[in-house]
Amino acid sequence: MAAETLLEVEDLRVAFPIRTGLFRRVTGAVHAVSGVSFAIRRGEAFGLVGESGCGKTTVARAVLRLVEPTGGRIMFEGQDVAGLRGAGLTGFRRKVQAVFQDPFSSLNPRMTAGRIIGEPIRVHGLVPRSDVKARVDELLDLCGLPRRFAGLYPHEMSGGQRQRVGIARALAMEPELLVCDEAVSALDVSIQAQIINLLGELRTELGLTYLFIGHDLSVVRHLCDRVGVMYLGRMMERAPSEPLFAEPLHPYSQALIDAVPDPDPASEADRVVVPLQGEVPSPANPPPGCVFHPRCPRAARRCAEEAPPLDDYGSGHAAACWFAGPPEPTATIKPPQEVIHDHAG
Amino acid sequence: MTLLRVENLAIDLVRDGHRHRLVHDASFSVERGETLAVVGESGSGKSLSALAVIGLISEGLEVAGGTIHFDGRDLSALDAEEMRGLRGSDIAMIFQEPMTSLNPVRSIGAQLTEGMRLKLGLSRREARERAVGLLTEVGISDPEARLLQYPHQISGGMRQRVMIAIALACQPKLILADEPTTALDVTIQGQILELIARLCKEHGVGLVLITHNLGIVARYSQNVCVMYGGRVVETAPAAELYVHPLHPYTRGLLASVPRLSQARGTGLVPIEGAPPDPMEVIPGCRFHPRCPMATEECSAKVPVARHAGAHMVACWNAELAEPEMA
Repeated sequence: MAAETLLEVEDLRVAFPIRTGLFRRVTGAVHAVSGVSFAIRRGEAFGLVGESGCGKTTVARAVLRLVEPTGGRIMFEGQDVAGLRGAGLTGFRRKVQAVFQDPFSSLNPRMTAGRIIGEPIRVHGLVPRSDVKARVDELLDLCGLPRRFAGLYPHEMSGGQRQRVGIARALAMEPELLVCDEAVSALDVSIQAQIINLLGELRTELGLTYLFIGHDLSVVRHLCDRVGVMYLGRMMERAPSEPLFAEPLHPYSQALIDAVPDPDPASEADRVVVPLQGEVPSPANPPPGCVFHPRCPRAARRCAEEAPPLDDYGSGHAAACWFAGPPEPTATIKPPQEVIHDHAG
Repeated sequence: MTLLRVENLAIDLVRDGHRHRLVHDASFSVERGETLAVVGESGSGKSLSALAVIGLISEGLEVAGGTIHFDGRDLSALDAEEMRGLRGSDIAMIFQEPMTSLNPVRSIGAQLTEGMRLKLGLSRREARERAVGLLTEVGISDPEARLLQYPHQISGGMRQRVMIAIALACQPKLILADEPTTALDVTIQGQILELIARLCKEHGVGLVLITHNLGIVARYSQNVCVMYGGRVVETAPAAELYVHPLHPYTRGLLASVPRLSQARGTGLVPIEGAPPDPMEVIPGCRFHPRCPMATEECSAKVPVARHAGAHMVACWNAELAEPEMA
């Protein structure tokens, strides 16, 4: 795992102005992202999880250069993304591609899948013009779509098929980094598994690097090597998937994991889950100290006064909590008692 | 006596004199104080079947067959007026999106007390007192002040709590909850489901929980009804269904979901293809084009429901699918 760092996000800050009154004067700011750092190595899948308003999508948009950071740096292949101009920027735009949640609103309804996938290839001149069609066929194959789909419009496809087209379009650019923002969230359960598997296969086949944004912890754990847990614009915990989900150090990560019901009544019956109280505060007016303290079962006076730093606890496991550590032994997930029978029968 | 018993329910789409069947032969039942989960993907007919119970199906749709018995009464014999009397009092609903099911221009207090005054015949004052009590019960702080607020002034989780308070307002015997937490964040989802489950248990209310989330089903329901393409393909007690799923679709669903309790790297086995368009005509079993064990029989004949105790499965090959047991 000594691969080079492909993407490095350092102390990223994004604030959106709040404008009020007749003259739209700036009267405040929503701090969507307040000092988030992480690095993704080439070939790695890094996940960002959190509830709505935690800033995970804003991080993705900043990485894609769709929003301007108000602070911090984003380095891609060792270069500061903010400073890119001209050919450098075009190259960056090609190498970093996105797959969005709703393939219906991110695909042009007036274009056939063939054009949707073929146009960027033509624009960037990635293959000779005469080869574009063959390349589109190849991408359709890669994404598990029949070649006749090149002639279909998005409305003629199901949600899962549209998402495959969205992925094929992203892959058309031969990207290094794929930013997936809730890429499987809108899909039916049986289709979701197909796309998750496709993303997994593509990663091994093409050596892709993923920044995967999601709110479904089981999906993120399944796809990602390392995960960052965000809350109210801050990184609460960052660790390799296995220890993060088995032994979370931050009480918020623990609460998120507890909130996910396990599809197995036997293990659910033994689980004592205390739901987190309260709701996520407004990012326009975050609580002082640790932003999680008003909802935190471990909160003490210090938490309300001083924001904890993201401390390293060894083996790449970092948490931002004054009382980081394993929880009281109330909730445990037992290993499944029976393996689901496969179809083969 | 069973609280709700739906038998052989059929729902048709009637358009320009043509009939197209959307829900075929659906049967399920709920006891008092018990939760039945109705599981399925989009277009499976899960919401439609539940809404038909209270006559809330949209224009152009029609209940074309079957019987619905609720609390000893045959609901299909009721006229629109009697049905309206039942809705919101004996049978209450909780929908997915509280923002669209609450009236944006009426205060929470007005929406909460309306039913009580109408259906329980409470005075303005009594209704207000009960409203404060209900808001406290669903965990809303400062209930007196909330009564004067409007839906846009409170958060999504709070709105869903208000919906639950409204549902409980007239002491229902049955609550139909259609994806009640799908629009909410996970930590809020847990709070809301805990609340619904606890209140239904305490008040002995039967709950029909419509969801696509197999984890929620496992945590909150006693019985499960799996729907696919407008048909009930399997019903069983939850504990039984997860250990011995009989229908290949149920098995496929369970193999499709990533789990936190599983070793990382355990492969997902997706179901090939996509759920059918409800307008598509598929002969035989609706699942056969996607089924790994389909035989010729499956594409010719609709499978009949077979029972083994509380477990029902509608599949020609269900027994064959059973793995060798020690």
